[in-house]
Parts: sequence; C-alpha cells; structure tokens
Amino acid sequence: MYTYNEFDEGFVRTRVAQFRQQVERRLDGSLTEDEFRPLRLMNGVYLQLHAYMLRVAIPYGTLDSAKMRQLAYLAERWDKGYGHFTTRQNIQYNWPKLPDVPDMLDALADVDMHAIQTSGNTIRNVTADHFAGASADEIEDPRPIAELLRQWSTDHPEFQFLPRKFKIAVTGSPNDRAVTRSHDIGLRMVRNATGEPGFEVLVGGGLGRTPMIGQVIRDFLPKADLLPYCEAIVSAWNTFGRRDNKFKARIKITVHEMGIDAFRDIVEARFAEIRPEFSGVDQALLASIEAEFAPPAFRTAATDAFDARYASDPVFRAWADTNLARHRAEGYAIATISLKTPGETPGDATADQMRVMADLAERYGHDELRISHEQNVILPHVHRADLPAIYDALKAAGLATANVGLASDIIACPGMDYCALATARSIPVAQQIALRFEELQLEHEIGEIKIKISGCINACGHHHVGHIGILGLDRAGVENYQITLGGDHTETAAIGERTGPGFAYDEIVPAIERLIDAYLDLRDGQDETFIETYRRLGMAPFKVALYGEEAQTGGRARAA
Amino acid sequence: MSRRFTPKVVTGNDLREGDVIYLTADDRWTRHHHEAELIDDEAHAEIRLILASQQTGKVVGPYLADARAGANGPEPVHFREAFRTRGPSNYFHGKQAAQPDA
Repeated sequence: MYTYNEFDEGFVRTRVAQFRQQVERRLDGSLTEDEFRPLRLMNGVYLQLHAYMLRVAIPYGTLDSAKMRQLAYLAERWDKGYGHFTTRQNIQYNWPKLPDVPDMLDALADVDMHAIQTSGNTIRNVTADHFAGASADEIEDPRPIAELLRQWSTDHPEFQFLPRKFKIAVTGSPNDRAVTRSHDIGLRMVRNATGEPGFEVLVGGGLGRTPMIGQVIRDFLPKADLLPYCEAIVSAWNTFGRRDNKFKARIKITVHEMGIDAFRDIVEARFAEIRPEFSGVDQALLASIEAEFAPPAFRTAATDAFDARYASDPVFRAWADTNLARHRAEGYAIATISLKTPGETPGDATADQMRVMADLAERYGHDELRISHEQNVILPHVHRADLPAIYDALKAAGLATANVGLASDIIACPGMDYCALATARSIPVAQQIALRFEELQLEHEIGEIKIKISGCINACGHHHVGHIGILGLDRAGVENYQITLGGDHTETAAIGERTGPGFAYDEIVPAIERLIDAYLDLRDGQDETFIETYRRLGMAPFKVALYGEEAQTGGRARAA
Repeated sequence: MSRRFTPKVVTGNDLREGDVIYLTADDRWTRHHHEAELIDDEAHAEIRLILASQQTGKVVGPYLADARAGANGPEPVHFREAFRTRGPSNYFHGKQAAQPDA
C-alpha cells in the first residue's frame, strides 16, 4: 500500500484549503457558477439530478481498513449512510451539501485519499486489475506502475486542459480483468522473447456513443519507457485531438480518423524527443513505490477448517465455488464480496457494511481491500482456514450473496435515479432482473454471464462489453431499453451487436428472461456458456426469442 | 414556422443543498413542483428565466421545463421532471422523504 510522503500530503492539503476558499467565494457571491464549475469538477464535485455528488478516487481500486472505515465515516457524517462503488473503482456519495464538501475532502486527506481529477478533461483515476498482487495468473503486480502514473498525471501541467477526459487501465495478467481494451490507454503486461516483463500498449479504446476496441500501438514496451511513452501518447493527442467537437474529442476518434499507423508515427517521434528528458528519476521513484507494494508475509496453515465446512455446508460451498478465485500463494484464496444482493442497488454498501469489510480485511486479509470495476469488493489475500469465519461475518452483514459472475452480478450505472446525463433508469432494471433470476433459482444453472446496464449513451455501465448489454434511452418521452449481445470485456474484447428495436420499461425484464431461456434451450451441454452459445449460433435464434418468428421472415418487429 | 409554445416552469438546483427548486409567481423559490408558476406565454417565460439566471446566489443551472396544469397546481410532463419531484426509485430519499404528499 502506497503511503503519502510529505509532498503528497502537502499537495492534497493545499488543494483542500484552496477548494474551501473557492466554495466560500461561491457561496458569498464572489464567484459565478460558470467560474466555480470547473473548480468544483477538478475536485470531484458534480451537481446531479437531486443533489451534489462527490466522486472520490480509489487509485487502482486499492484500500486498507483505515481508508474503508473513513469512507464509512463520510457516508454517515455527511451523506445518507451509504456509498456507491463505480465501474471505475471510485466511490460516489450521492447527497453531500456544498458547504460540507471541504470537510469531506479534509477527512479523506486524513487517510491519504482525495477526489482530484475524478472529473474534468484530465487524466482520470488509473484503474487496475482488482486481483492485482494476488492472482495466480499474474506476471507482476501492476499497481506500482499505476501509482507511478497517478503521481505523474496528478496536476501534470501539460495535461490539465485536455481535449476531453482520458482514462488509463493497467493489468499485470494475460487474463484481462481491467477492461484495458476499452480505455484511452490500456497497458497489458507481457513478456518478451527473453522473458523480460514489459507492456503491450493499447490505444484508442472506449465505450460511449462511439464504442471502439483499443489497438496495439506498441507490442512490447520496456517498463523503463512506460512514462515517457504514455506522455508521448497524451501529448500527441493533446495536439491533434478534436477540440472543435466534444463528441469527436476522445483519443479513439483521433486514432480512428488518423489511422493507427499514422498516429503511431507521431507518438514515436514525440517519444524520441522526450525520452532523453527522463533521466531515471522516474525509475528511482518506481523502485521506491515497488517497495511499498511488497507482497504480504503469507502464512502457512492447515486448511482443515475450510475443507470440513466445505464438505458439510452446501450454502457455504455454493459461496466458495462462486466467489473465490485462485491465489498465487499456497493455501490462500481471493474472496469477492458481492455488492449485488438481488433487490439491492449494484455497487452500494452501507457504512456498517464498509466497517465489516474493513474489520475482515484487518483481521484476516493482510489489511487489503479492492474495489472491482464490476462494483464488488475483494479481500485479495485470505487464507482458506479463515474463510468459514469470514463467510459467517459476511452473512451476518448481508454480504454473503453467492453470485459473482452470474446473472444477478450486474453492472449498473446510477442512471436517471441520480445522474443528470441519464436518459433512463438503470438501477431498478438491474434490481428486477436480479430478483427475477433469484425467484427462478436458475442462476447457477445458467452459469457465467455478464449483464451490464447503462442509463445513457455514455456507457458508464459498460453495456457495449456485456454478454447482454442494456442501454436505457428516452424515446419520445418514454424510457426504452435497447439490447446488445455478444460484447466481451476481457482480452478477447468485443463490442456487442444491437438486437433490434428496444423494449419498454415493463418489457425489458421479460425480454432478458426470454434470451436466457433461449440460451438454456440452445446450449451445447452445461459447460457451454451464454457467450459461447452466442458465438456459435450468432444473433438469429436470440432475435427470434426476443421478437418472435416474424422478425426473421421480414415481418415487422414489435414497435419500439 | 416555430413550434407552438407549451407551458413551462422555471426550475434548477439550490446552490447550497443541491436539491431541486422551482420559481413561484411571487418570485420565491419552492421545493414543491405544484407551487411553481405555470407559464403559458413564451415571452414571459424568457423574462422569468432571465430573472432566475440572475439569482446566482440561490439557484444553479435554471432552465424551463415542460409542465401542465393539474388539480393541485403544475405537474411535470416528462418522466425526468417527474423523478426530480420525487427522488430516486431505489431508496426513499430526496423529496419523497421530505414531503410525503409530493
């Protein structure tokens, strides 16, 4: 875990003090809203549908118990007793009052946290694989690189007024859990022919109104070149990005319009120019950061307690089979705590639940917690011997839902229940789908499936890369939901394809159920997942399930 | 030919609290949609919006939202505006909690 040094501490405190004065000047009328708005956005403060919203960065999704407890404190002291974990590993508070925000930011600074660059046309919170440092399939922990990028990008003078926002994701594993292919820059750790670790650099990925899969700009970048290379990319885009049109300003459009080869030439030229300026200070810094991410002292212990409970308790067994992942250390597991209890809001945790998770991390988990882009919380390092006790504590807190990776483990953006940009609601759709599949008791039978819901074209709910994607729109003053199929957020990333006309609010859950029923009928045995069946058979049988036979024979589909 | 003007209310968010407020006929700001001034005339709507826009110490982002006359006063037309009169659907928070009659 990175600990703030004197510089970080001073920087964050100064920003809070500045913002406190800016808020005062706004409230006493010295600043207009037009003057204040960019200042509040720089500090993570949005004005949403019903209230202000404070978005707090959780760099690369990593927390310790002290940070998690402080997030709980903020929720209770200044909000309504809960927080919302987002698809970019941040946490959002939905009900702060403007005069309170500086106090909230000061409280965050007490635990080395901030809300800087969680909004605006800057480089946003760097996200990472939520299993980083724990997963059995990892080459190296990517978080030191993510922290280096955080320090480099924070208040970087050249990159405070970019054409648009800019998002970087990093993974140290060949199995991409960080959705690197839909980021402005995606960094995937790979080894070269001599076994040396470096990065495959992807550029120009993105979701939103023009979804694109990132393209490879460098197939192997030595670690020592990472910072200057990223700087060259952002610098090239900063020069050539379409500032004339907000909808064409993201780097994906620049890369698309210019072509990856032409864009690469510009980046490489810029890289050659600035590389000599990186004298090695960044590498010395990286080395010191790496030391702070040294793996915990894993213990050796018998797993009898786990084995006995696993054999005797089918409910515990279901949770273990569903929510645990393979850890790199013998006897350990990665435990995902689902924030997707059917009927609850995806990604929300109460202050009490946050404290329970903090306590478990402190007592059993080497004091580490992670937030996933799938809006769950992870105990990355737990010994199997402790899992029965962990499970019991989670169960008592309403946190033991065994659904990770299943139909009710749905990503949903806040949608029109909170967001000022939304065109339809997402949360109630997710709640109803989850409740329906719980009622049918079919989830484990259905197996792995990713359902992702966005309440507008900006795609915070990652619907483009869901096996089933749902996009909520406003069609002539009525909520309407489009379905896409075949999206994939992993290393084999793909953008889903639209099925056809959308469905009304009260039609969308039955439509999803028809899709799943069709899959269960069509699949080639129990081991074939939804996405595999879709890839084998294509869209046609699912269209029939959604719209009936006439849709396939040229007849008119149901009106949207 | 321009589109026919449909009735409007002036609405925005409160600077300090961030919650939804509406402009009344007697130049107050209310948290209740049904107390808002229902504006039938386009020129008058523009004047009222200018008045609201000048009150930067009270309201953020004022705009004209479609509304129609109801039994107890103006009612929202679009579902987004209806949500703004209530609060979110996943928790009993916001206006619906503050004023059960909303």
